[in-house]
Amino acid sequence: MDITEVPLSQDKKGKKKKMKKPKKKKSAGQDMSGESTGVEKKEDEEVKMEKSEEAAAFPPTFSVSEIKNKQRRHLMFMKLKQEKRKQKMQLKKKKRKEREALGDKAPPKEVPKTIENQRVYDETTVDPEDEEVAFDEGTDEFSAYFNGLTNPKVLITTSDRPRGRTVRFCEQLATVIPNAHVYYRRGLALKRVIPQCIARNFTYLMVINEDRKVPNGLVLCHLPEGPTAHFKVSNVRLRKELKRRGKDPTEHNPEVILNNFTTRLGHSIGRLFAALFPQDPQFIGRQVATFHNQRDFIFFRFHRYIFKNEKKVGIQELGPRFTLKLRSLQKGTFDSKFGEYEWVLKRHEMDACRRKFQL
Amino acid sequence: MGDSSRLCSVWLGSETGILKGVSLSRKQAFNFCNTSHLSRDQEVRALCWGDPAESELLVGSVDGTVKTFSTEKGSFTETRRCGDPSEGCFTGLAALDGSRIITCVESGTVRVWREDSSEPVTELDAGKNVCRMRQSSVHRNKVATGGKENGLKIWDLEEPKKPLFTAKNLRDDWLDLRRPQWVRDMAFIPDSDKVVTCTGYHQVHVFDPSTPQRRPVLEAEYGEYPLTTLSLPASGNTVVVGNTHGQIAMLDLRKGVVRGCLKGLAGGVRGLHCHPSQPVVASCGLDRFLRIHSLEDRKLQHKVYLKSRLNCILLSSRDLEEAGGAKGEGGTEEVKEEEDEVWDTMEQVEETSKRKNTEEGEEEEQQKKKGKKKRKKEQD
Repeated sequence: MDITEVPLSQDKKGKKKKMKKPKKKKSAGQDMSGESTGVEKKEDEEVKMEKSEEAAAFPPTFSVSEIKNKQRRHLMFMKLKQEKRKQKMQLKKKKRKEREALGDKAPPKEVPKTIENQRVYDETTVDPEDEEVAFDEGTDEFSAYFNGLTNPKVLITTSDRPRGRTVRFCEQLATVIPNAHVYYRRGLALKRVIPQCIARNFTYLMVINEDRKVPNGLVLCHLPEGPTAHFKVSNVRLRKELKRRGKDPTEHNPEVILNNFTTRLGHSIGRLFAALFPQDPQFIGRQVATFHNQRDFIFFRFHRYIFKNEKKVGIQELGPRFTLKLRSLQKGTFDSKFGEYEWVLKRHEMDACRRKFQL
Repeated sequence: MGDSSRLCSVWLGSETGILKGVSLSRKQAFNFCNTSHLSRDQEVRALCWGDPAESELLVGSVDGTVKTFSTEKGSFTETRRCGDPSEGCFTGLAALDGSRIITCVESGTVRVWREDSSEPVTELDAGKNVCRMRQSSVHRNKVATGGKENGLKIWDLEEPKKPLFTAKNLRDDWLDLRRPQWVRDMAFIPDSDKVVTCTGYHQVHVFDPSTPQRRPVLEAEYGEYPLTTLSLPASGNTVVVGNTHGQIAMLDLRKGVVRGCLKGLAGGVRGLHCHPSQPVVASCGLDRFLRIHSLEDRKLQHKVYLKSRLNCILLSSRDLEEAGGAKGEGGTEEVKEEEDEVWDTMEQVEETSKRKNTEEGEEEEQQKKKGKKKRKKEQD
């Protein structure tokens, strides 16, 4: 167990900004001194002079955005861009030549910096050998499913009066998830639906919310004891809208792939998704449902695969595809007013650091 | 085991039944349980000090047993059965004096137990759905209870027949509808008779039993989610409340306005405890973190991941940052060494920390110490 200190304020950034400011002021001052009639000329001269001195870099006191004439500014800006591009290409060429010259001894290529591989270490990252976490997971609400005691049975419904896309989205989800039943909401309150679901041995209640005919929210409630997760849904593409899609899926139980759910919260969410599908996939169907987590967005894809020979595998998307983002995880069944929340997304507080991920 | 338990200044009870101790000076956390038979029946629901010297902890589990944990030995010394688990979990636990303890369960039975007998000495019924029972820190046989549709009641354990004070429900609202009641937590305000409660309907009420008025003398509201717990800081005049969305706020007890919010939590608050002398508050909850905030600048001072959902929290009354108790002989040497280390590193970082705190100028010594420690950690 480790204790993390609260990070101190980042001084470096502040300094950089401060450094920039005085420069601008200087340039502004120069402009002011120039006569209104001779502004263009003067600037032209300046530019030429500088070019002769140093071809690429403009002097620090000059910036294109200060040219008043729009056409001229545009022209200058294009020139500047071309110049920069040229330089970049040269640098690239040089580097490539060096690499070729060195041949095998060339240093390995640098890995590009992305916010994922620069991720801030999360102390809740689950260690697979940890006894305590294993015990916690082994006895949580999903343990009945993972011990093979229950079979998933899913009820899919929508917000009141769903329109075109949402209805079709529900139908297509029902073909992806085995043993799923789509029902009309009929204006019923969720808190009254839940006891009826429990009485009929449903293990999941899935509610798709719609706004202006576009599905935008998903409540996933595990029954009978919870937890309840609330997701934002975006980029829904139905089967019809996909290019190069395969034939409609069969009724075989698909395999499930869960990617990148590493933290404690991520594990809970991963287990929530895993328990949606029956535990024994029917490999004869060759269908895979994927939940891929990247930067806290969960991408859902549904594929059919085929082994062409020993080396090649072909995949074919079956759809639908959509993206989920976790908004909250609540302990217990759906109770947005009095329920206790295990995790709530607090915007501007949690996502202040772009390299910190929750799942 | 004994050495590590003496160092701990924060104690937490978890949902997995593990008692956890955290030493802030060492930046270490310890589990106190035998890991071989963990079970959810052992879930800790109540935690309190067994004696004024704070050498014994009382731990109330879901299965209706109260265990005594000795911080000197670092192990459980005694287990006694207090009531039937079918009556519900513990909602309150307190030590009356040397050998007697008070328990309260969800069904509303408050009992006083003596060490030697298995039958309760006193028993009183506080009504249904009790959410919390708390003991007054001054008059130790005065307790308060409250719950859902069960207003605040203050009892004297000497006369279990009738409560000393029963709160009246709020007046009907402007539509002449009855207001629902749901007391989630309460605390006795020291140096006065007053009791402050927080409710599931995000209200904070102050009751004054010394006046004939049985309705709250002060009503305040915070946020829009149920308040789960509260704690009174040492400085007085304020109360710290937490809700199910992980929002913590300081409320002024004179006007009922929000003094400030404490940030950084991700999940609902289950336990709050203010240090008896320092201006810090510790919180724990469903997000599995222990967080310690300063009440003065409302900054997060410590954050510890403890792997299980946490139900209750207890601070020892000694200095939190101080390196462990001076009681044990084995512990003291190590402690001194570490203090030396701290002092050694201080001189090196004098300048850097000064530059950082130029604006604050004269700060409290403790604050400075903290800043240095941070620097030290960075160096490590």
